[in-house]
Amino acid sequence: MKHFFIICSVLLALFSSQLSAQQSPVIATQTQAQLQQLTNNKLRQSLVLLQSIASREGVNMLPLYQSLLDGQLYFIKSDTKLIKVVKEAGKKHYSELFTDREITAPAKKAIKKIRVNNKIRIYLRKQIANLKLTANNPQVRQDAVQSLLRDLTPTTIANIAQLRLNEKNIEVQQMMDLALTLDSAIHGKLAVTQVSAIAQLQGNLEPQVRNTLNALNTEQSHPSVQKAAQQALLSIEQSIQFYGYLDQLFFGLSLGSVLLLAAIGLAITFGMMGVINMAHGEMIMIGAYTTYVVQLLMPNLIEYSLWVAIPLAFVVSGSIGILIERCVIRFLHGRPLETLLATFGISLILQQLVRSIFSPLNRQVASPEWMSGSWEINPVFSLTLNRLYILAFALLVFLALLFILKKTSLGLYVRAVSQNRAMAKAMGIRTARVDAITFGLGSGIAGIAGVALSQLTNVGPNLGQAYIIDSFMVVVFGGVGNLLGTLVAAFSLGIANKILEPTTGAVLASIIILVFIILFIQKRPKGLFPQKGRAAE
Amino acid sequence: MSILQYAAELKRRDQVWSFMQDPTPIDISHQVILYVEGLNVSFDGFKALNNLNLYVNDGELRCLIGANGAGKTTLMDVITGKTQCDSGSVYFGQTLNLLERDEAQIAQLGIGRKFQKPTVFEAQTVFDNLELSLKSNKGVLATLFAKLNAEQTDRIYQVLETVGLKQQCFMLAGALSHGQKQWLEIGMLLVSDPRLLLIDEPVAGMTAEESERTAQLLISLAGQRTVIVVEHDMEFVRSIARTVTVLHQGSVLAEGSMDEIQNNQAVIDVYLGEGQ
Amino acid sequence: MSKLSQYFSTRSGLQSSILPFVVILFVATLGCALGNLLFAPDSLFYVSTYTITLLGKYLCYAMLALAVDIIWGYCGILSLGHGAFFALGGYAMGMYLMRQIGDRGVYGNPDLPDFMVFLDWQEIPWFWMGFDHFWFAMIMVALVPGILAFVFGWLAFRSRVTGVYLSIITQAMTYALLLAFFRNEMGFGGNNGLTDFKDILGFSLQADTTRVALLITTAVVLAALLWISQLILSSRFGKVIIAIRDTEARTRFLGYRTDRFKVWLFVYSAVIAAIAGALYVPQVGIINPGEFSPINSIEIVVWVAIGGRGTLVGAIIGALLVNYAKTRFTAIMPEVWLFALGGLFVLVTLYLPKGLMGLYSQYREKFGPKPTQVQR
Repeated sequence: MKHFFIICSVLLALFSSQLSAQQSPVIATQTQAQLQQLTNNKLRQSLVLLQSIASREGVNMLPLYQSLLDGQLYFIKSDTKLIKVVKEAGKKHYSELFTDREITAPAKKAIKKIRVNNKIRIYLRKQIANLKLTANNPQVRQDAVQSLLRDLTPTTIANIAQLRLNEKNIEVQQMMDLALTLDSAIHGKLAVTQVSAIAQLQGNLEPQVRNTLNALNTEQSHPSVQKAAQQALLSIEQSIQFYGYLDQLFFGLSLGSVLLLAAIGLAITFGMMGVINMAHGEMIMIGAYTTYVVQLLMPNLIEYSLWVAIPLAFVVSGSIGILIERCVIRFLHGRPLETLLATFGISLILQQLVRSIFSPLNRQVASPEWMSGSWEINPVFSLTLNRLYILAFALLVFLALLFILKKTSLGLYVRAVSQNRAMAKAMGIRTARVDAITFGLGSGIAGIAGVALSQLTNVGPNLGQAYIIDSFMVVVFGGVGNLLGTLVAAFSLGIANKILEPTTGAVLASIIILVFIILFIQKRPKGLFPQKGRAAE
Repeated sequence: MSILQYAAELKRRDQVWSFMQDPTPIDISHQVILYVEGLNVSFDGFKALNNLNLYVNDGELRCLIGANGAGKTTLMDVITGKTQCDSGSVYFGQTLNLLERDEAQIAQLGIGRKFQKPTVFEAQTVFDNLELSLKSNKGVLATLFAKLNAEQTDRIYQVLETVGLKQQCFMLAGALSHGQKQWLEIGMLLVSDPRLLLIDEPVAGMTAEESERTAQLLISLAGQRTVIVVEHDMEFVRSIARTVTVLHQGSVLAEGSMDEIQNNQAVIDVYLGEGQ
Repeated sequence: MSKLSQYFSTRSGLQSSILPFVVILFVATLGCALGNLLFAPDSLFYVSTYTITLLGKYLCYAMLALAVDIIWGYCGILSLGHGAFFALGGYAMGMYLMRQIGDRGVYGNPDLPDFMVFLDWQEIPWFWMGFDHFWFAMIMVALVPGILAFVFGWLAFRSRVTGVYLSIITQAMTYALLLAFFRNEMGFGGNNGLTDFKDILGFSLQADTTRVALLITTAVVLAALLWISQLILSSRFGKVIIAIRDTEARTRFLGYRTDRFKVWLFVYSAVIAAIAGALYVPQVGIINPGEFSPINSIEIVVWVAIGGRGTLVGAIIGALLVNYAKTRFTAIMPEVWLFALGGLFVLVTLYLPKGLMGLYSQYREKFGPKPTQVQR
């Protein structure tokens, strides 16, 4: 419940920031009257009314158009006052239309929605775009031109051509040029004009360009135009396909980064120490729950919650890991199968513990503002920011770990103990302590992985179970005791999975990958990058 | 093996049913029972065996000596099929290529091996250990219905006598002392009636008296069987060896009688010299 | 020669150790059966049908534990995928039972099971062919898991995948099957699995007599499998298996193709698990993909660990005890059960590595009569 409030308060905060930016407009009395008439609910009249309003009013009618388009415009039956109703996370917010001031919720039967039809919606979209063409924000202008692309009337074109002269922003300029080119491709008087315009459109990925070209690719067009359109379409299809592959690759890398995060802790505990930790998934889960708790404790600072959660998750999971090592695992040295069973028992206990404390239901962890949204590279290819950040984060964790193991004395001890315990002990290394710290390190990193995963999926008691088999597969596939192998394995499995997915579906893809790994391990039991020599036996 | 070859082999009636095959005869028409030629093995860039050549005559008792890391154990691993070599050839007799066989097949040809560290089946009795080692059909079905016949039982008791474990016959092998385990393992070798024995450090952990008994046993074995012994104990080597091969850095440094070896300058420099 | 007779006497002594157990098993089963059939529900000696079914379920679990013990306790192969063989056997039986429903399903379609009608399938898929015959289904119960075990074992053991690696890939195997059986397209009823069975071999599954007959069948099959396993494991084959468990390399150097021994033992064990599954389904009345979930397979391992691995009777006792405890616990305080189960895993591995049977033999060594055989 408390969690829900966090989300609400974030949303409210966002709302109010927008609100303060807008001044309440002064509206002419005639318009007021026409607005009242809108509530009459005669669809045929509505369009005329709207056109009449538009001829008189300017940008201040934007909230009207927008809310009408989004189906958020209602009126109060008693006094025909227009209000906006926004449904967010299952809860309705009521506000005045032009001032955005929140009002007390009226009874459900006291208000009525103003209906629109498709014809009105098309008109509204165009009207909104036209209004936005003159907005201050270049992004808004660009979006406006883009939305006008689908319906280029002579007036719009004239308008755009006019505005183009004074446009300073390069991206808006490009978009406007595109609109003009598109126009001459469609309405060009001469076939030559059309063909040269089409040639300019080659490789452009705007969906509207494709639609236009498809429309031109008919018998009615001039043969040369048709040919040019075909050619352009072909080149567009090719680049769309290319970006489609890139998209798959990105999702593959993203899945790979998740696998890497999940497996990297295991690569230490299993790969370096030879301890089979079936509770590894639960360490991830505990990391995710740590994020959840951190957000509960600092509901107003969600933006910064991750920076607190990462070290905290490391400490929490790490100390639980050390506790497990000290209390159970060290007594089972050299008995890997027993370790497997005991740690499996621990994983059951931890899961049930979380169920008892937090409830068996999934919890949603909020994403900070800076992680949501996406980086649009072109109209058909965009990278979601949270996946991008997690990819970078996974690599960062990997490099940090590599540094710890290769360059610090702790790493030296860890490697020494993993290679020859008795000798390391004889050299005066406190093996018991190194074991505990190594296990803590592996578990702590699993905790960090949990923080990252909480940004991608829901957090529940079974979160860890979903990753444990995959993690083991990654480590074994990459070659036990080889961090670089884990990296390669994680990304290649991730990419392979996403490449298979479109043709086979998600479930079958993961089955195929599992079967592949089972067969692979049987062919090469020591993984991609095996350790050689007598010592490895 | 290509499919074609495989098909050609299938056509040979005597090859179709493996149990109809005669035990493969070992061709020792040139008196040499083991050919090791141009053998190379490397682990992660470290050359454990470097172009090693070794020929062992039938019925010979051969000692292999060499410093740690000279490649003695690796050589045994390659001969018994435990380690794959990079290049070279290993033949048992004139015809049997050991490199294309796995451990079990090599053992069935009659090559027995004793490990450096005594490995016996600790959870089973001494008797069972020997029963498992008997020369018999080792297929799955055959073992499922196997019964000891009188001859085999006698053979087991005979070996128990030889290795002096008759008293411990029904003790679990895990309860034996270290020396007794060594003897049991030698007994397991004997009962399997091998043509070639590879013995890795047989007297480690034995008392002087036991060593002497082992020496006598090994000498008595030579003649009917071929024995290759790896040993560090020079005293022991001197007491049994007729021919000694010195390995150094993965290849043969010198070969000859004990006296020749002891006077070989190269050997003195790299191996014997260290101790003196 | 006296030594030899002594040797064989120790051997037969080993064999007789299952006898008391089998006697107790039969007495208990028969007692319950008679209690259910002869006495009125208000009688003191009445045994409810619910108890009968529960007992039958426990005995199926015991059989499953026997399967895991054979492969883990005697050969050292920790399979975390035996639930898969159990479930496959169960599905084969479930398919037969589905075909027996005939037109008594919700949709009343005489040719297709309900879920296929629901999915709008026109005809029965090829892999359902023949399952209307009991004998065919019974062959499939053993054959399908057997072949899977053979192929899997052949690939794994030939390339010498051992220890933890093997455990993990067996777990991956059952996980892959879990995902596959959840798919509706597989044609095994997807998420819901197979259920709503009506009768088996013409006898109604709801009838008390059928329930009792199923329980007795399970007990007889369990005893038979126990006896056969005992024979196999005390033969020379069994000695080779134990030798493989202790030092596989050594066994190989003695000339045994250890991979083949392991494969056949694995297949045998898988078939036992499958038979257990086939007996389980008619008693429980449902089979769904949940049976494939990795946690089920690991739970079996803990039954064996608690009872004492490497002793056939121990595994069975472990299965019975843990499942009885599970029934009691989940009825009283369900949330505690997982804590208890998890705790059992940890405690048994830490303090009871040989299980209850190990504890028993320790106790015998300390306080019981000294065996006279040990001599030096």
